[in-house]
Amino acid sequence: MKDVHEYEKDLASIRSMMERSAKFISLSGLSGVLAGVYALIGAAAAYYVAHYPVSPLAFRQYSISDRFSTLVLIAALVLAASLTTGLLLSKRKAKKHGLKFWTPSSQRLFLNLAIPLVTGGIFILIMLFTGHFGLAAPASLVFYGLALIQASSNTFDEIRYLGFSEIILGLIAAAIPGYGLIFWALGFGVLHIVYGGIMYNKYDK
Amino acid sequence: MKNPFENLDKVLEHRIRLQIMSILVANDGYEFNALKDILAVSDGNLASNIKALEREKYISVSKSFVDRKPNTKYKITERGRNAFKKHLDALEAVVKQQK
Repeated sequence: MKDVHEYEKDLASIRSMMERSAKFISLSGLSGVLAGVYALIGAAAAYYVAHYPVSPLAFRQYSISDRFSTLVLIAALVLAASLTTGLLLSKRKAKKHGLKFWTPSSQRLFLNLAIPLVTGGIFILIMLFTGHFGLAAPASLVFYGLALIQASSNTFDEIRYLGFSEIILGLIAAAIPGYGLIFWALGFGVLHIVYGGIMYNKYDK
Repeated sequence: MKNPFENLDKVLEHRIRLQIMSILVANDGYEFNALKDILAVSDGNLASNIKALEREKYISVSKSFVDRKPNTKYKITERGRNAFKKHLDALEAVVKQQK
């Protein structure tokens, strides 16, 4: 018969194996903060391209379709910088903890993220090319939120709450047209910094 | 009072086997190499423990080829899931009784 401490260790190892095998725990909180910073820089750049010197809070009645390609370029740069940072920092975190980066749980995480994100991306491109600029920013927030909720079962719980926050923000943005850029900066900038900071404090140290 | 030690599963009292079962309970199938990485054990050690679980019909094996490389995937069976749950209940009862 084993010592009772051995049975307690058995219980602890069940818990840890279930978590470690099903969840991607190398996701870097710091990369979330940086993604938020990139988004804010991108939003500022977009504001100068599209609206300056009109106040960002003023109601606007003009079209920004002529500066469309510059805005898409800014968005693509923010996305590329965020993804690269996320991959590099998560890989570094995995290495630090002696874990592998490419595991069944991280593969599932990426697949679960990719399905709603690619769908949303194509949907938004169709909206842009057919001239429906107004709902592009709200749609990007809503699809991103759905992707996060879908992926959250494979990683930290905070991702689920971030997802809900993005969806709520996206729906509000859809109801108040003309402020897409501000909501976009809140959703991709501020929320990433807040949740990334929480995750950094809780899991990165 | 009934002795909770009697409900412990002899096969699952082995730590590695218990960990393999924990992983398979939480996931819809897991590959041999992924199991080896997460458990940090040798091929031989993992293979012999998997054999023991297969013998009890706690897990099932499916072999296929991915990119022409053999790929061995394990899944928990209904029998295995029940045994795991029973063992987990017994573990909790044992720990509770000792406190």
